[in-house]
Amino acid sequence: MSVRGTVRALPALFKVGFAEAVAYRAELFVWVLSTTMPLVMYVLWSAVAREAPVGRYGDREFLAYFLAAFIVRQLTSNWAAWQMNFEVRQGILSMRLLRPLTPVVSWAVETLAYMPMRLLVIVPPVVTWLAVLGGAFLPRTVAGWGLFALGAAGGWLLVFTINVCVGTLSLFMKSSLKLMDAYLAATFVFSGYLIPVELFPDRLRAVVEWLPFRYTIGLPVELLTSHHGTAEAARLVAVQWGFCALFGVLGLLLWRRGIRNFEAYGG
Amino acid sequence: MSGMGRQFLRYLRLLGVQVRASVLLALQYRGDFLVDGPLSLLWALTAVSPLLVVYRDRAVLAGWSFGEALFVTGWFLLLTAVVEGTINPSLTAVVDHVRKGTLDFVLMKPADAQFLVSTAKFEPWKMNHVLTSAGIFTWGFVTLGRGPTALGLLQAALLLLTATVLLYSLWILTVSAAFYVVKVDNLTYLFSSLFDAARWPSSFFPGPLRFVFTAIIPLAVLTTFPAEAMLGRLEGRHLLGAMVAAAAFSALARAAWRRSLAQYTSASS
Repeated sequence: MSVRGTVRALPALFKVGFAEAVAYRAELFVWVLSTTMPLVMYVLWSAVAREAPVGRYGDREFLAYFLAAFIVRQLTSNWAAWQMNFEVRQGILSMRLLRPLTPVVSWAVETLAYMPMRLLVIVPPVVTWLAVLGGAFLPRTVAGWGLFALGAAGGWLLVFTINVCVGTLSLFMKSSLKLMDAYLAATFVFSGYLIPVELFPDRLRAVVEWLPFRYTIGLPVELLTSHHGTAEAARLVAVQWGFCALFGVLGLLLWRRGIRNFEAYGG
Repeated sequence: MSGMGRQFLRYLRLLGVQVRASVLLALQYRGDFLVDGPLSLLWALTAVSPLLVVYRDRAVLAGWSFGEALFVTGWFLLLTAVVEGTINPSLTAVVDHVRKGTLDFVLMKPADAQFLVSTAKFEPWKMNHVLTSAGIFTWGFVTLGRGPTALGLLQAALLLLTATVLLYSLWILTVSAAFYVVKVDNLTYLFSSLFDAARWPSSFFPGPLRFVFTAIIPLAVLTTFPAEAMLGRLEGRHLLGAMVAAAAFSALARAAWRRSLAQYTSASS
């Protein structure tokens, strides 16, 4: 299908996805309940900060960081890999393939359609931020906000392309969900979700800079808490989009090879 | 032999049957054991890595050294294994029974319904977490440069029992709610995200939260107390309090289950 045709299908896809998000709002709420990890982490780090600040992190800095981590997780996470595993195993994928639209695009749009509901979820942390911290640490310049927007979008895209890579592996093996579980655990440790990347030991930090994880959560969080100067922020966002391109190409290659293996069974 | 003794033996045999069924099922998926092992280690790393970073430039935090804090992490993993391996699978199935109306088939069987639904399914491969937590306890003892005391281990074993009873009772209370509000899976998520907070010693929490997590939601009883027992510094009154709380909770859970069952009218009618 042509690019124009795809673009024309997008609003309808988005509407379907949004209706689904509204219908399954209880599930969304449940999912949010299971992402309270930043708050648990804040408890640990604030206990640390009560005794002495860590580097430039005092209690307020940790609060801003983990509120931002909660917000960024809501904005960037998606579940395409689970969806793909499910659809491959159930044979639903064959129905998707009948549509004149590449399934990858529809998965992306369906995930994005949850965003308006997600924005509702981040209201409480935003209100907390403004009430307790009075807007401190937020970017002060248009460039700062622009880079955060780019970094958040890049974070979403990076998580999505990684999901597609792992999800397409389900076309080669029975299920790639365990691999996704391992990816999730690694993300928890290395992305800055549990520990600000800045606080890692130097040598580990150097390694983490070269792994994709810290660009999915840590970087957008650092941009929202005005951690970097403009030049450094721009450089990191560029690296992030580089990773997006890398996993995007890898995902497409895997998809093209894998779909040839696909023999729909079941429904 | 007295009637009660015979009853007990009968239920023990029933338990054996149920466990054997689960084990046979799990043996069909032997491969899971090999994959789940490394995964368990990875998730243990997510629990330990923040401690590694925190204790890099301090010896003690809120009264806990690194080696001591490891015991709380170990108990967190151990109880995760208990919940995911023995409590969760059965009780998620009950919620399904209630929704579909198939609970009727369980109720018709000539044995206590609570017993039957609670032992319906076990997932032995979750015992991976037990191995991981044993590894973490060993790490803790090596770091501290001493071993466990007999009294400490005895207290810890009692607290393991207490914690299991507490978790199970909390679950039965949740499931009892399923008879009134059918979509109860939501509550299970609330429960597990609350349990996440049990990975730190209770003294890490600021004052008011510490009270909530000790007296109202007994998280401290679950992980902090047993860790202190293994370190040989648990106060006797805490042990006693925990056991009384567990007994009270289980009585409450039993009463709630009976009440819910009494007004259960199956899904179709």
